[in-house]
Amino acid sequence: MAFLQEHILSLILFSPVAGALLVFLVPGDRVRSIRWVAFLASLVPLGLSLWLWFAFDPGMQGYQFVEQAIWYEAINSSYHLGVDGISVPMVLLTTLLTPLAILISWSVEQNVRTYMMLFLMLATGMLGVFMSLDLLLFFVFWEVGLIPMYFLINQWGSENREYASFKFLIYTMAGSLGLLLAIQLIGVAAGTFDLITITQQWSTLSQPLTMLGLPITLSIATVKKIAFWAFVVAFAIKVPVWPFHTWLPDAHTEAPTAGSMILAGVLLKLGAYGFLRLILPLYPVEAKFYAGVLALLATLAIVLGAFAAWGQDDFKRLVAYSSVNHMGFVVLGIAAAAFAQATPLVADGVIAVNGAVLQMFNHGLSAAGMFLLVGVVYDRAHTRDLNKLGGLFPLAPMYGGILIFTAMASLGLPGLNGFVSEFLVVRGAWPVFSFYTALSMLGLLITGAYILKGIAKVLHGPLNEEWVGHEMEINRREILAMAPLMVLMLFIGVWPKWILSVINETVLRLFG
Amino acid sequence: MTFPLLSIIVFTPITFGVLLLFFPAENHRAIRVTALIGATIALGASVFAYFSYDQAAAGYQFIEKVPWIPTFGISYHVGVDGMNLPLVLLTGVVMFTGVLISWGIDDRPRDFFAFLFILATGVFGVFASLDLFQLFFFYEIAVFPMYLLIAIWGWKVTREYAAMKLTLYLFVGSVIALIGGLAMYFAAGMNSFDMLELESAGFSTVFQKIWFPFVFFGFAVLGGIFPVHNWSPDGHVAAPTAVSMFHAGVLMKLGAFASLRVGIMLLPEGAKFWAPLILALATVNVVYGAFIASVQTDFKYVIGFSSVSHMGLVLLGFATLNLDGMTGAGIQMFSHGVMTALFFAVVGMVYDRAHTREIPRLGGFAKLMPLVAVAFIIGGLVSMGMPGFSGFIAEFPIFMGLWQTQPIVAIIAAISIVITAGYIMRVVGRVFFGELPAEFEGKITPINNLDRLALVVLAAILILIGVYPSIMAPLVESGAEAVLALVGGA
Amino acid sequence: MSFSNFEPATILAILPEILLLGLAIIILLVDLLFKRSEKSFLGWLTAIGLTVILVVTLAYSRPTGEDPLILGGMLRHDWPAYTFNIVLIFAAAITAILSVGIPEIADRGEYFALLVVATMGMNLMAASADLVMLFLAIETTSIPLYILAGFLKGDNKSTESGLKYFLFGAVTSAVMLYGFSLLYGLTGETNIYRLAEAMRVGELSPLLLGGTALLVLVGFAFKISAAPFHFWSPDVYEGAPTPITAFISTASKAAGFAVLIRFMLAVFPAIEAEWTWILAIMATLTMTIGNILALAQTNIKRLLAYSSVAHAGYALIGLVALSTLGTASVVFYLATYILTNLAAFAVVIVFARAAGSEEIANYAGLSRRSPYLSLAFLIAMLSLGGMPPLVGFVAKFYVFAAAVQSGWIWLAFVGVLNAIIGLYYYLTVLKVVYLYRSEEDDNLIPVPRSYAFALALCSLAIILIGTLSAPWFNWAMNAAQSLF
Repeated sequence: MAFLQEHILSLILFSPVAGALLVFLVPGDRVRSIRWVAFLASLVPLGLSLWLWFAFDPGMQGYQFVEQAIWYEAINSSYHLGVDGISVPMVLLTTLLTPLAILISWSVEQNVRTYMMLFLMLATGMLGVFMSLDLLLFFVFWEVGLIPMYFLINQWGSENREYASFKFLIYTMAGSLGLLLAIQLIGVAAGTFDLITITQQWSTLSQPLTMLGLPITLSIATVKKIAFWAFVVAFAIKVPVWPFHTWLPDAHTEAPTAGSMILAGVLLKLGAYGFLRLILPLYPVEAKFYAGVLALLATLAIVLGAFAAWGQDDFKRLVAYSSVNHMGFVVLGIAAAAFAQATPLVADGVIAVNGAVLQMFNHGLSAAGMFLLVGVVYDRAHTRDLNKLGGLFPLAPMYGGILIFTAMASLGLPGLNGFVSEFLVVRGAWPVFSFYTALSMLGLLITGAYILKGIAKVLHGPLNEEWVGHEMEINRREILAMAPLMVLMLFIGVWPKWILSVINETVLRLFG
Repeated sequence: MTFPLLSIIVFTPITFGVLLLFFPAENHRAIRVTALIGATIALGASVFAYFSYDQAAAGYQFIEKVPWIPTFGISYHVGVDGMNLPLVLLTGVVMFTGVLISWGIDDRPRDFFAFLFILATGVFGVFASLDLFQLFFFYEIAVFPMYLLIAIWGWKVTREYAAMKLTLYLFVGSVIALIGGLAMYFAAGMNSFDMLELESAGFSTVFQKIWFPFVFFGFAVLGGIFPVHNWSPDGHVAAPTAVSMFHAGVLMKLGAFASLRVGIMLLPEGAKFWAPLILALATVNVVYGAFIASVQTDFKYVIGFSSVSHMGLVLLGFATLNLDGMTGAGIQMFSHGVMTALFFAVVGMVYDRAHTREIPRLGGFAKLMPLVAVAFIIGGLVSMGMPGFSGFIAEFPIFMGLWQTQPIVAIIAAISIVITAGYIMRVVGRVFFGELPAEFEGKITPINNLDRLALVVLAAILILIGVYPSIMAPLVESGAEAVLALVGGA
Repeated sequence: MSFSNFEPATILAILPEILLLGLAIIILLVDLLFKRSEKSFLGWLTAIGLTVILVVTLAYSRPTGEDPLILGGMLRHDWPAYTFNIVLIFAAAITAILSVGIPEIADRGEYFALLVVATMGMNLMAASADLVMLFLAIETTSIPLYILAGFLKGDNKSTESGLKYFLFGAVTSAVMLYGFSLLYGLTGETNIYRLAEAMRVGELSPLLLGGTALLVLVGFAFKISAAPFHFWSPDVYEGAPTPITAFISTASKAAGFAVLIRFMLAVFPAIEAEWTWILAIMATLTMTIGNILALAQTNIKRLLAYSSVAHAGYALIGLVALSTLGTASVVFYLATYILTNLAAFAVVIVFARAAGSEEIANYAGLSRRSPYLSLAFLIAMLSLGGMPPLVGFVAKFYVFAAAVQSGWIWLAFVGVLNAIIGLYYYLTVLKVVYLYRSEEDDNLIPVPRSYAFALALCSLAIILIGTLSAPWFNWAMNAAQSLF
């Protein structure tokens, strides 16, 4: 037990990799065994992170379950893990979505072994980002997540996958480059990559960087400023904040269903997490200064994302744009908190961040669910064109019900999870950015419009005769995958305290 | 007299090379097996040296010193520290895998392995040298077998041209550096070619400024520095697989290492004076190499130019003259060596089967040769500096070092990372995925177990260092510290 | 210095020459005793005789610490002379072995006798300390060589070669003799050491001395085939019987250098600055012309001829340095050059005997026809090109080191650039040998035992001296020191 206590994070982090190795040992043609091994392997981190969730003490100061080991001494970087109230939900979300995504990947027929291995490695990459307390390690895992995703899209995506995967790669690589440079600069300036040390020393750093042989020096303020912008760009691309979002609809649309689930469910959160973990604590002043701009961009993402989603005829693209829309709320919450720091509005800021973190979790659930459902219909109909679908409710009543439920959660129907987090964000942001918040609420209207459009085009309306006689109903495996999501959606909607209490303690400490 | 470990490493290859010459030429199997035994011994000895090096003590170890030409104060003097020990190991690895990959050579394999092993001795000798004359001696030994290896077993279209170009470029560089070495010897007036003694010769600043370019750039030719990098892609492309592996994997390090060892360490003031020029040229290397690589249609040229780009990073690391940059450059030499060996091994396997390297004509090889595809992808990720692989471990400190000296360069050089990602992924997509052209249908034979072993060894090293940098980084750092002790802080 | 000083030590000093003369007589006598068809052992006889002389010389003829000037100041029995004696006898022995089995030559006693006599002349050249003696020695060497070059009477090229060699040699000898006479006229001395003393004391116009030096230099430059007096060498080399080509390009050249070194170091220190510049320019020209013309050659003997011109240039660099190290480097360079070039010519002879061609293009496929012959050729060529671990590398290293030490850095650079050109054409030849194929790939080339022996000996020596050059170079240093 003590071992578990001390190494729980490493265990969670590396159990997917171990699972991937296990999958590798299964002969490539034994598809069934591969699926089961992968699925069971992905349950291990889920179990461990459930244990983590309950063992986590929200009231405790600082990071918990901290582990530190020598890693790259030469540049003072160490293997340093730890979690707090912001990262724990994210860890849980990641480990939850992974088995579900694997479950939904039963329909993958080609190169199953590689697919499953990539998926498990992807999980490790994402988990590592949420757990890292060392900037270099953070970057390592940040990038580790990228490559499996690239191959998932590139190999198992739909028609336009080459283009989409390439765009995904280049956009995120460009973002990472900024991140890389920023981390290097900070590392050079601080002489360490340890996040805790850096945070403590940050304000007292004063040694300017000298350039060898040249009379120019980079003042520490400049260094910080460069690093700030690099961080912002990197995270903004990942979130994505408008106008850096254009890779997202392509990538989502072309990715295989499970890929989209993880992409929307977890990968996008990495960016938002970066804002919360690095930018806000390290750059309160700059963050505050640019909070208005950020809020504007968030609003644009909400409104334009919603409009764009409304305009889509492709079901999956519609859901993809809805991600832009929903992540806008996360950013809006973060912007509000950034602005509210050290002002009388600080309490509102805390509410907004609470909302933002919860929205990250919620969107993880609902977006994953929506993509899953899109995948289900695509699997049957081999089209995602809304105009070709229609009237499927009678053919697939169960599916219809689940779709409506999930869509409502996504829409923000009171009683379901989306409402809670969006409400918190809006409530927190209102006193801070009244105008933007008001605009965002208009965006919510459009959200309603596109969600309803989606439901109407798929389930209602005249039945496309083509589908009569086809098996359109959702199967048991897929229901099994949807069930945990739906339970959580309802549960959070009804009783959000269980998760908010964890988030709130940390948020209060960080921003209160 | 301690156990002459380094001498065993240095002379094992040539001993086996000479031994091979006495085999009957037709007995290919015996020749190959003997070659493999020789390579295994050399690899084993270098692995042993690597792990028995006492990191706590640092400094030069396994030293052997025997007077050689006392009149000139020349001795046979070998020793390794954190900077060159990884390179010795690298040579062992590349030699071993090179022999595995070359199993299929049917044209005069005896001569092939004999020349390859003479080359290996030259390379080992340079890396282990602590004597300036000895360094030149082995350096030249490494150059000339290259000519024959490329000219005889190379790609028929360009081999003559490429082999001659390569040899002459390298010879020019080295003899120019040789004159510089002689100038140092006489200026020091210590009647010694021993580099450890020359380090404390206290050359005047003017002398250092004048002679540094000769020595540094003379060797840097072999490191592929712009604008004298041109021999390298041509040479890589024309060479047979194992030789390309050696060539890009080890030989280019030879140049970089020698320019560090002789140029920067013996003439530190000169290095400081000329550092901006090196930075500028190496930046061109990095970015220009990546650009050119991205427009190639020949698979092997892509890798060839990527080497130019990556070696630029090594030189950038040197030119920072600080601990981070040097450490990074040291690791990058090793990492790039293994990576590029892996690349060329893959290219060779594809070419052997498809008989073309035109990227547009290839495709779908992942289905037929999954392991090869995975190996290439791993190499690609290393090349992109992807975390989790050795390339990241190497490039990161280089960039850290650059930030401390010349941020502009850091930013410009960083562009290459994105370009690299672009061309690597393009190649991966075109060659390994997509549709298998009809002409190859049924013609692609699977690779054999020796090839597999080679790929796995190389890829495993890349991952091991990426995941657990402490296996190499502290060692290289101690070597970099020694360099900086000479350069004087900065 | 009268004959009353004649001591046993003096006999020991000139023992090699005496023995060589004896050997020549024995060969002629033996030649009379056998029928023509039974005389193929003559080459071996000569070689063994020379080897015995070599051993005797090594054992008994070592210079003592006493006054080196012997025989009334005619000869100077010192380390340089001793060193050159050994090298020259060795070269002659190898040449004799290379002559075994060659038609028109191998069964001719006078051929071997002339060879031995020429060797004796060279030995005397290396030791001469008097203008008269020097001239006699040079002629003793040259006249047998003229005959040897034209020895193949049935072959027009050989005849042309002999005649050309004779004409050029005669003219340059005449010019040199004129220089000698001027020297005598100016100083009243014929012994070069006393002559030097006289020049230092007497205040002679530097211009006059310089002019005289130039005249003398012409003769020497001819012997070492330095530019611009190299024109004879390609034609002579191509036409002469190949063993003789080897002999002329190695031993004769070395003997010329021996004279040049002694003469220059002794006589001209007074006008040092000028003549070193002249030599430097001569070295540059010789290297560059030799190398550049070699690029265009298609005949292996002509190529080696031009390459030997170039090598004279490298050796001159050491002389220009005008230091102990420089002189030692020249001695070492020549010794190793002899070794290497003999190996190269040995391969040429073997190939010519088997394939009947001296065209480089016909060397295609040699590596398949005879791997070991190719290997020997590879070693020889790369050593000429200056690649380690072969002896050519260390030799060049010493020469360039001497130049850098004495501040002739530009000359060192000229040298290395030339080395690159040189490497290019050596590699081109090797390319043909190793890379190209011919229709006769399966037609193996037999290597006669005598050649195999000579080649193995030279190749091993090339590698061993290349890797372990210290004792040999110390010897050269020893020799050089006694000249200062």
